[in-house]
Amino acid sequence: MEERRVTVTVNGEPRSVEVEPRILLVHLLREVLGLTGSHIGCDTTNCGACTVLFDGLPVKSCTMFAVMADGHEVMTVEGLGLSSELHPIQEGFREEHGLQCGFCTPGMMLTSKALLQENPNPTEEDIRWALSGNLCRCTGYQNIVKSVLWAAEKLRSEAGAISR
Amino acid sequence: MAQALDEIKIGGLGSSRKRVEDDRFLRGKGNYTDDFKLPGMVHMEILRSPLAHARIKSVDTSKAWQMPGVHMVLTGEMAAQHNLAWMPTLSYDTQAVLATDKVRFQGQEVACVVADDPYIAKDGCDAIVVEYEPLPPIVNPYQAVAEDAPLIRDDKEGQSDNICYRWEVGDREGTERAFAQADLVSKLDLHYPRSHPSPIECCGSIADYNAATTKLTVYMTTQAPHIIRAAVAIVAELPEHMIRIISPDIGGGFGNKVPVYPGYVCSILCSILLARPVKWIEDKTGNLTSTGFGRDIYYKGELALRKDGKILAVRFHCDTDNGAFFSDAQPTKFKIGLIHSAFAAYDIPFGYMTAQGTYTNKAPGGVAYRCSFRVTEAMFFQERAIQAAADDLGMDQAEFRRINLVKDHQFPFRTPYGFLLDSGQYEKCLDVALNAVGYDEFLSEKEQARAQGRRLGIGISTMTEPLGAGNSREYDILGIKMFDAAELRVHPSGKAILKIGSKTQGQGHETTFAQIVTHELGIPAADILVQHGDTDNTPFGMGTYASRSTPVAGAATAMVARKVRAKARKLAAHLLEVSEEDVEWELGRFYVRGAPNNGVSIQECAMAAYGNMPDGMEPGLENNAYYDPPNMTWPFAAYIVTVEVDPETGVWDVLRMVAVDDCGVRINPMIVEAQIMGGMTEAYAMANMQFITFDADGNCVGSNYMDYLLPTAWETPGFELHEVVTPCPHHPIGAKGIGECATVGGPAAFVNAVMNAIDDTGVRNIDMPVLPDRVWEALKYKRDVSGMPPVKSDAE
Repeated sequence: MEERRVTVTVNGEPRSVEVEPRILLVHLLREVLGLTGSHIGCDTTNCGACTVLFDGLPVKSCTMFAVMADGHEVMTVEGLGLSSELHPIQEGFREEHGLQCGFCTPGMMLTSKALLQENPNPTEEDIRWALSGNLCRCTGYQNIVKSVLWAAEKLRSEAGAISR
Repeated sequence: MAQALDEIKIGGLGSSRKRVEDDRFLRGKGNYTDDFKLPGMVHMEILRSPLAHARIKSVDTSKAWQMPGVHMVLTGEMAAQHNLAWMPTLSYDTQAVLATDKVRFQGQEVACVVADDPYIAKDGCDAIVVEYEPLPPIVNPYQAVAEDAPLIRDDKEGQSDNICYRWEVGDREGTERAFAQADLVSKLDLHYPRSHPSPIECCGSIADYNAATTKLTVYMTTQAPHIIRAAVAIVAELPEHMIRIISPDIGGGFGNKVPVYPGYVCSILCSILLARPVKWIEDKTGNLTSTGFGRDIYYKGELALRKDGKILAVRFHCDTDNGAFFSDAQPTKFKIGLIHSAFAAYDIPFGYMTAQGTYTNKAPGGVAYRCSFRVTEAMFFQERAIQAAADDLGMDQAEFRRINLVKDHQFPFRTPYGFLLDSGQYEKCLDVALNAVGYDEFLSEKEQARAQGRRLGIGISTMTEPLGAGNSREYDILGIKMFDAAELRVHPSGKAILKIGSKTQGQGHETTFAQIVTHELGIPAADILVQHGDTDNTPFGMGTYASRSTPVAGAATAMVARKVRAKARKLAAHLLEVSEEDVEWELGRFYVRGAPNNGVSIQECAMAAYGNMPDGMEPGLENNAYYDPPNMTWPFAAYIVTVEVDPETGVWDVLRMVAVDDCGVRINPMIVEAQIMGGMTEAYAMANMQFITFDADGNCVGSNYMDYLLPTAWETPGFELHEVVTPCPHHPIGAKGIGECATVGGPAAFVNAVMNAIDDTGVRNIDMPVLPDRVWEALKYKRDVSGMPPVKSDAE
């Protein structure tokens, strides 16, 4: 099959690769770029294990072709924290035991990131609604909600510290 | 005076230590099977049957072979040449790897294609032409035993019907006598629907056969790597020491990843034939339609009751729908798992049960879906029957339980089906739950609401379950007795590596098993690395399922640490220049009796084991332990759910969910609580939405996440958790299993609550899931609602 050149900014770094037009975005990330933190769960856009941020908004990368990302920005879990320190959302998930097997976690965290960008002070209900496109089979969600609340508070206090 | 160590601070028993697994998962650096990329690796996809029951007339693979990028097209005929068209199951039946004669369920493996990438492999599957001659399908046990039923397993010599086992246990005559004396007999029939464990990560494997060394390495999604190694040795007729099973990070298991699946076997065969690594990653439909399901059992049962509320006897029959192959993952002796643990929590003098299994045109399985071998089904029927009996007697459901629950002074308690309950405070758990929920207040609130046309309901479930198989006398899988092992090495600087035969799928073994060593040796948990999931580098273990890790491998861990401590004591005596009898132990150090300041730390003993051992002592500080449990551990729980049912729509909302769990000593309370919440969510799922059913043609309804509903954060209720602690008397650190209790005991609490909300209708049962349309039907027509397949099609 004829390949097409795709240029995507992934985690802040421009990447230019040749791919088949039928290749899914999640396969571009996992197989071509070696970013295996985005997982494939269901193939039907239900589980959200493959969620990445596409120009800042959560999308399910199993339901987009790689070529559709040409010229756009993608953030995966690998771009969330620094190698030296975790992002407050990652910290929140660790502090509140918001993960068990870890398979859904990258998608959960990226969806949470988009939520907190839009709404820095969400209620439990806001969080449950925002995460309702991401399935978790291990936790029962209660600790995930607490994790996001923890992260929201930390992000707010960091923002407060900067503005002061 | 030397400062005593603070066990909680160093991450010992009872510490809610943060998980060591988390960092890699949070950074997207986990190592799941699909994340591995080996040099020269090719990809395998499976062609599945679209029909539930059909004779295969021909398989034409010529077009697939011609496609560029295709390396191998494997059919049943080819597999048969290597004696691999069929494989043995964990229940002493056979299962088709790739179909040769017939397909026996929709989604069955027919052929597979190996290609440069998964896209080409899928194209290859599309290019295979299979000609089928359809046969009538069977989708429930009653169709299976009907007179004119087609024979599903015509491959089996001597098989003339669709029955795969018969089983009975208990005292038939004693039970009959007790029934004859009953004031009242309370009957209940119900169906526990087929469900799928459905971890978000599907199954998969990378088989890497090295033709030069003849070593086979398989990376795979398995909860039981050591058993898989034995099974591969048997199935593929390979020498066991040349097989290495690596079970890397697993994206959830819940029992789904215990069996051997055709996909694993095909990837191994293709790797051997091609002499290169072959990766197979299942898609969701493949996972839901072909791999191990749970439940699918039909009950007919009755309780013999005295007017004062005492249960005199219990009797029930189970019909199980085992699918096309009898491949239940369960101990050899027990053909319907441990279903005879039903009613164990109650002091009932007599019991008798029978069971019959049937072949149907549905996926094989009968795995222990988040339970200890069908105890979920046992406890669900128990708690539904208890509620029905209380209603029949006109007694309060809490009071009825209180009368019949095993009392504290009765332990150890022998059940009529032969189990020995180890310990518990059942009534206390019930009381904590009733107080927490405000039972009496809720009952009056319910009355008031009913007067206003609102329907509130409260459901109780009190359960115990046998966790931690074996003992080895009674429990084995494929002839291998059920025990577990641990190996501990303490390095010169006092840092340690613990190797265990069990395998985490999210339970946090790498965190909690270190805590057990910390408790025994006083080495900080942060100084202990836990390794698991690689058969070349860990001692034998039966795997992680049936809540057996803490009860068995956890016990082995405590025992090996004690062996290491025993040697350290000798080293301490040498260092302190006293006799061993004069050495005392406190957490993390030995000291001279009567002179507590004169002591040596465990780390100093470790260094001495390598640098200053006494003459004649074998160097080093390491050991291993095999632990054969004397009994199961028996946790107990009281779960109470309150709901409001909308009488117009049948929709029900959970108002509160209170869980009181007694799992003995809690190693890491944070992890224990998370296990309970996760388990309860699966209970809610089964009660509310999650099931797989079939239409009359044998089409699987629930073959993807658009049809197979799992609860999201939005509908999942909040949980209120409480604890009672009764240490397990026979476990070295007093712990019991916990990972599955809520899934086992939870469903009945939800269903009982809905039934309680409609208790004025005369409706005895609504099968799970208690869907709004089923509740609506029960309310409108005042009749029971069955969930037995086939489901009606839209045309009907």
